Amino acid sequence: MTFSGEFLAFMGIALVAIIGGVLLLNLTKVVHMVVSLIFTFVAIAGLYVLLSAEFVAAVQILIYSGAITIIMLFGIMLTKHNDEHEPKTGKWRKILVFLGVLGFAAAVYLGIYNFNIEQVPTTLHENNTMQIGKALYSKYIIPFELTSVLLLVALVGSIILAKNEKKEADDQ
Amino acid sequence: MSSVPASAFLALALILFCIGLYGALTKRNTVIVLISIELMLNAVNINLVTFSKYGMAPSITGQIFALFAISVAAAEAAVGLAVLISLYRARKTVNIDEMDTLKN
Repeated sequence: MTFSGEFLAFMGIALVAIIGGVLLLNLTKVVHMVVSLIFTFVAIAGLYVLLSAEFVAAVQILIYSGAITIIMLFGIMLTKHNDEHEPKTGKWRKILVFLGVLGFAAAVYLGIYNFNIEQVPTTLHENNTMQIGKALYSKYIIPFELTSVLLLVALVGSIILAKNEKKEADDQ
Repeated sequence: MSSVPASAFLALALILFCIGLYGALTKRNTVIVLISIELMLNAVNINLVTFSKYGMAPSITGQIFALFAISVAAAEAAVGLAVLISLYRARKTVNIDEMDTLKN
């Protein structure tokens, strides 16, 4: 393991991602938690660039740092909460969950520790978007179309779930 | 050829997954629980993209699978938030430990 520029970039990105995640766990205000998670999402996009997946990185920034974070902020603001996240969760429950997650992490880490997979030169970084487009419109055309159906169903379903004002007016 | 070993990416994905799992199991606000689930899905996407580059037969399939996972996760976030808002209208709370109607 040499200290090349790529390795230093990976270490910086990993640091930003983990700091964002830890801030998510430790901050008290809900809006601050969501904003700290933007750091993690942008860092994951940088990770995709390191893994020669430029198109997925752009999609990650558009969808996660843009759309999902904003939609979550809307959700927080629409459900008016008391803003502070008072820790009423039991201490024993937290400790038990922490131990369980730690055990899970240890078990998986045993599997990936010294995981030496062979590496062959790839052409993924050349015309990445064109390769994705070609594969998406030839080999994966049916899942691609099914995704559009899924998004339409999600759109209609969430509108029907969230709008319910007539019933409320009847109740009052 | 990359100088970063594949296990480094996998370890980072594992750490992010564990953070998301802990947040989803301990936080009280439902929006934070939803966004922790998004973090877990992101960690899985890192694994998919990692294995599209490393290994004996690298191909674009892993990246395409990550794209499908991202679109499904976006749909899930929208529907989850809609459920959350209609639940807030009915119960006037977003705390996950007060949504215990099935208990009684």
